[in-house]
Formats: sequence, structure tokens, C-alpha cells
Amino acid sequence: MQKDSNENPELKKTNLWNDANFRAMLFQVVAILAVFGFIGYIVNNALTNMEQRGIVTGFGFLTDQAGFGIVQTLIEYTETDSYGRTFIVGLLNTVLVSFLGIILATLLGFLIGVGRLSSNWLISKLSSLYIEIFRNIPLLLQIFFWYFAVLRALPPPKQSFDLGAGAFLNIRGFFLPKPIFEDGFSWVIGAIILAIAAVIYLVKSNKRRQLDTGIYKPVLLPSLAILFIIPALVFFVVGQPLSWDYPALRGFNFQGGLSIIPELMALLVALTIYTAAFIAEVVRSGIEAVSDGQSEAADALGLSNGQRLRLIVIPQALRVIIPPLTNQYLNLTKNSSLATAIGYPDLVSVFSGTTLNQTGQAIEIIFMTMGVYLTLSLLTSSLMNWYNRRVALVER
Amino acid sequence: MTRNKSLVSAAIVSLAIGSTAAQADTLENVTKKGYVQCGVSTGLPGFSNPDEKGNWTGIDVDVCRGVAAAVLGDASKVKYIPLNAKERFTALQSGEIDLLSRNTTWTLSRDASLGMNFSGVTYYDGQGFLINKGLGVKSATELDGASICIQAGTTTELNVSDYFRLKGMKFEPIVFDTSDQTVKGFEAGRCDVLTSDQSQLYALRIKLAEPEKAMVLPEVISKEPLGPSVRQGDDKWFSIVKWTLFAMINAEELGVSSANVDKMKTSDNPSIKRLLGTEGGLGANLGVSDDWAYKIVKQVGNYGEVFDRNVGENSPLKISRGLNALWSDGGLMYAPPAR
Repeated sequence: MQKDSNENPELKKTNLWNDANFRAMLFQVVAILAVFGFIGYIVNNALTNMEQRGIVTGFGFLTDQAGFGIVQTLIEYTETDSYGRTFIVGLLNTVLVSFLGIILATLLGFLIGVGRLSSNWLISKLSSLYIEIFRNIPLLLQIFFWYFAVLRALPPPKQSFDLGAGAFLNIRGFFLPKPIFEDGFSWVIGAIILAIAAVIYLVKSNKRRQLDTGIYKPVLLPSLAILFIIPALVFFVVGQPLSWDYPALRGFNFQGGLSIIPELMALLVALTIYTAAFIAEVVRSGIEAVSDGQSEAADALGLSNGQRLRLIVIPQALRVIIPPLTNQYLNLTKNSSLATAIGYPDLVSVFSGTTLNQTGQAIEIIFMTMGVYLTLSLLTSSLMNWYNRRVALVER
Repeated sequence: MTRNKSLVSAAIVSLAIGSTAAQADTLENVTKKGYVQCGVSTGLPGFSNPDEKGNWTGIDVDVCRGVAAAVLGDASKVKYIPLNAKERFTALQSGEIDLLSRNTTWTLSRDASLGMNFSGVTYYDGQGFLINKGLGVKSATELDGASICIQAGTTTELNVSDYFRLKGMKFEPIVFDTSDQTVKGFEAGRCDVLTSDQSQLYALRIKLAEPEKAMVLPEVISKEPLGPSVRQGDDKWFSIVKWTLFAMINAEELGVSSANVDKMKTSDNPSIKRLLGTEGGLGANLGVSDDWAYKIVKQVGNYGEVFDRNVGENSPLKISRGLNALWSDGGLMYAPPAR
């Protein structure tokens, strides 16, 4: 057939249907039209029906006054703010718990994953036990467990645990002194940035020297010294521009200072422990995927155990680890919506909970909420994909 | 354009079915199905609560049973759909239920923008506070700085914010998804106060491990008229639900109860005769049988019986009639005359 059309160009014109390229194109166009037509029909159907039943539609409600309180807000928020602002407040609370959860779960997961491969019998068995227990119990149950375990373990406000240095722990949360930055603190921030830049320069030049001359000098201690001494010096020179707002027991509870609510603690612990179990398995499989020959070659070159891990094993293991690790990050972000069960004011609880109930704009609000999770997930995965490309095997 | 639309809708039959069912005549639908689909709560003693065998009881449930008795002649022909606070309006709007009878507060915004009509008030409620006696608080005005457990998806969140703002007080709202979680949070000591409609507070209090340690504060901070609601745009069905409740209230006012309704059928009182359908033929105009009210009272009871059985004297809640007494006894229960 192919041959025919090559020899006789006229035949190609008459038998368009027999052209594989054209057919493929046609099917794709038809499929796209069908999908869009279907979506259009559903949207139109919903709009028509809502109009018939006198249900108000549109996003105008976002500027209306919300009128309800939220227990934890990362930005300024009062009852007189708009529904639009409740969206931001909920969104930031979701981002906060997801971000902290991802960091903590990664640290714990790497530790457990490496622990499972440890030659120490006890560590390896304990790690296996951890993984088997926590990844096999539904997350919602774990959240309830931690929440009520946390609540039962903590005393009422009047019998708070005094942790010293102005910190208190009770059933209403973890209360810390809040730093108040005064004039001149920007100098200290500038000094910190400067110190970080200096450390980066030190590490890079050290590496270059090692590549050029083979001489390796330890940089850890000098780096730490730079990071601490420069900001500390500036801090005292500009006259200690920092004071603390201490929490104090007034009425029902501690007022002032910085408070971490028990809902956040419980949710964070549950998400971290649950996701860390999965990450541990990802890490273990990644490390095991590096063939023994690589380690043997490293040993033969006389690298130390640490160097072997840092220079040979981990860079190769990361290639295998990153894609499934991205999945775990996405899962953690989405799982954070279970917060609503224990009263943590995340996006689902605040916006598609209270705001939805008060305005009744179910379709708009669910649509926005889905949009947020989609955006967060796409952002996370594009970040991870970028990182993945960096660590991927480069063929030379 | 319309032709195009009809072509598409013909192609996607399954969706079209879903959208048209809700628009059709609800009365016709119910008669055809042979049962009333009634949206109730997921479990609230006194209002709508299933027992261990799955039989539902409560004031809200009795409204559903009343409608079934009026329309189908059999109060047991009800299919109960348990809904949480967030799902309820969508379930009504989409036609999943024929009537929502789920301790729902009648408010302007719900009437105006949710495509629903409230057909009356079954229970005049108000929001209150349940508090641990150990705190030594005697009035809601002493609650500045308190942590308050609230159930999500209710009008209570707004009320409590309004109340505290008006009084210039601060509070910490802890919003739980279900009523059970809210109670657990309160019991564990996460909050000082649990806020909800007062009727619910009494019901929740008896669920606590140590009910005697908790008390309901005297303040009522809002008006919460609870009642059944239907979809907008079906006036016939709206009238039937409305008059089911009115029939129960009128029956109590006229002294007609499930015990004496058979005897009352022969009463000389023209009001009773018209209500029970022995005279006047009023039921037919409503779209039901003439003895519709007789069936309601016979099978479900009058309003007083329903109240006493579910939340009043003869129930564990022991709530006094208060605002829910008949107008002739100093309450707010008043129904237009059946004539």
C-alpha cells in the first residue's frame, strides 16, 4: 500500500481514507470535539437547571462578608473579612501542613529506609515493623488516634506543662514566645544572606580546588562558623533589635505569644508518620537498585564508607527514588484534606465546609477547591520533575 | 441552537434523565414510586434518629410519615436518606429527595438563593451553650477568650461569631465535621464550650459520659425556626407538605388525637368535620384524598402527641413545650384554619 502511493501520487488523493496519517488526525479531532462537547453539555445542563430552580450562580459571593471565625490564620483575618479571604486563609493552612509534612516525612522516611538496610539486626527489624504497621492502617484512623492521644495526654490550661523559657504545653496547644522584630533587624537578615552566600562560595571554590589539585580540605566547621558568627556580630552591633512576646495565662487560656494548635500537631504527626512509611520503602528500593558492583568499585578505589554513599550510591539511587517520591508528596498534599475530620481549618474545612454551607454555592466552591489541589499537585510535580532532570543519568 | 441542544441531549440520554426527573411533578412521581424520599439527619435523638433495627423516629421523621400518610395513605411508605449538614441542600436541589426534614433553620438566604421553600416550622429553637460546670461560668457574657466546639455546616458558626463580636469578646472556634466528633472534642477538654441549637444540646448532654458535670447556659443567642423544605417551582407539593404540618397543629388545637380520631369523625364541630374530610371535600383540591388529615392523625398523631413522644414528657429529652406550645397556650404554634 505504502509502495503504491509512493509510486502513484494520484492514488493518494483519491483514497484519503486509506492514508494512515489522515485517519489518525481525523480520529483525534473527533475525540477532542466529543470530549469538549460533552463537558460543554454538562456545564450547560447544570447552569440551565440551576437557573430554573432559582439557585444563584457566579462568583459574586467571594466579596461578601464571611462573618465567621477561624482558629488558625497565617494572614490577618477577622469576621468582617470576605469569603474570598477565607479561601486564602484555608489555602495557606493547607499549604502550611503539606509543606511541613513533606519535609518531616522526607527526613523520617530516609532515616527509616536506610535503617531497614542496616546491618544492625535490631534497627533493621524495627524499621520493617514501623513500615508494616503504619502503611497498613488507614490514615483517617491514624489521624483520629493521634488527635485523641494528643488531647488525652495534655493537661487543661490551668495545669499546663511549663517547658521553661516562656513555653507552655496544654490541651489548647503549644504556646511559645513570639519574636518581635524591631528596627534594624533587616541588617541581621542581610547578614544571614551574606553568610549563606559566603558559605556557598567556600564550598564551590573548595570543590574546584579538589578537582584541580586533588587536595580536599574539610569545609563543615568553617561554614558553620561563618553562618553563626557573622549574623551574631551584626545582631549585637546594631543593638539587639529583637524582643519577645511571652504567652500568659489569662481567663480560659494563654493569650499572646505564638500558639500551635493541637489539630495541627496531630495532623502533622499523622501525615508524617504515614507518608514516611511509604517514603522509606521508596528509598530502600532506590538504594537496592544500585548494583553491588558500584559499591565494590568504590571500595576498590579506596573511598571511605561516607564517600561511597555520598558520591556513588546516593546519586544513582536518587534517579530511582525521585519519581515515586513525587507521588508520595502529592498524596500527602491531598491527604491533608482529611484535616476536616479533626477540626484543623484547612481549605476543605473552611472553604468547602463553612463557606459552602453559608453561601450554598456548591458548584463554584467545589470547583475552586479542586482547582487548588490540582494546582498544588502540578506545582509539586513540576518542581520534582525539574529536580529529576537534574539528577537523571546524563549519558556522556 | 435549540435544535443543536436537543440533538446533543438526545445523544446523551443518561444525563438528560437525571436532569428532567427533578423537574417533573413531585406528587405524581411519589405516587408512581409508591414512597416518599425524605432527607433526614444522620442521627439526632428526638428529631431523626435510627434505632438498632434501622427504624427512624423523631419529630422530623414524623413530618415525613405525615406526608406519606396524606399522599399514599400509609405512613410507613417513607424512604429515609440520611444527610449531613453539607449534603442536604444539594440533595434537595438535585431531586434526590422529595422533601428535606432535617432540623434545618429557616433563613432568608436559604429561601432566596438555594432554590428551596420552607413550608413551616416544626420546632422553634435557639442557639445555646453547653459548658463544663467545673469552670464556674454562670452566663454567656463570661465566655471571653473561650474555646468553642462547633459542628461544621450549620448556622451556628455565624451566630456565635456575631454574638461574640457584638459583646466585644474573643473566642477560638474549633469546627468539627460531625456531631460525634464535636462531642468528643468537648469531652476531651479541647474546648470550654459546645454550642448548638438548645434542643440538640439537651440531646447531646445525655450522650456524654458524665452528663451531670455539664450544664446548658440560660442565654439563647439566636432564633432557629426548624422546619421541612421542598424544591421551588412545585407549588402543589409545597402546599401538601405545608398542610401536613398545619393538619397536625389544627388537630391538637381541636382536641383530635390518634386515640380519639375515629370517634371524632362523627363530631358535630364543623371545623373537625372539614379537617377530617367528612365534609367539604377539601383534600381533592390539594391533590390528595379527602380523608388525608384523618390518615395523618390516625397514623402519626397530632402535633402535641408527636412533640411529647419525641422530645417532650414521654422522651428521654424531657424538653418543655415553651415556644412550641399552641398559640392558645401562650406558644407560637399557630396554623391557618382548614376551611
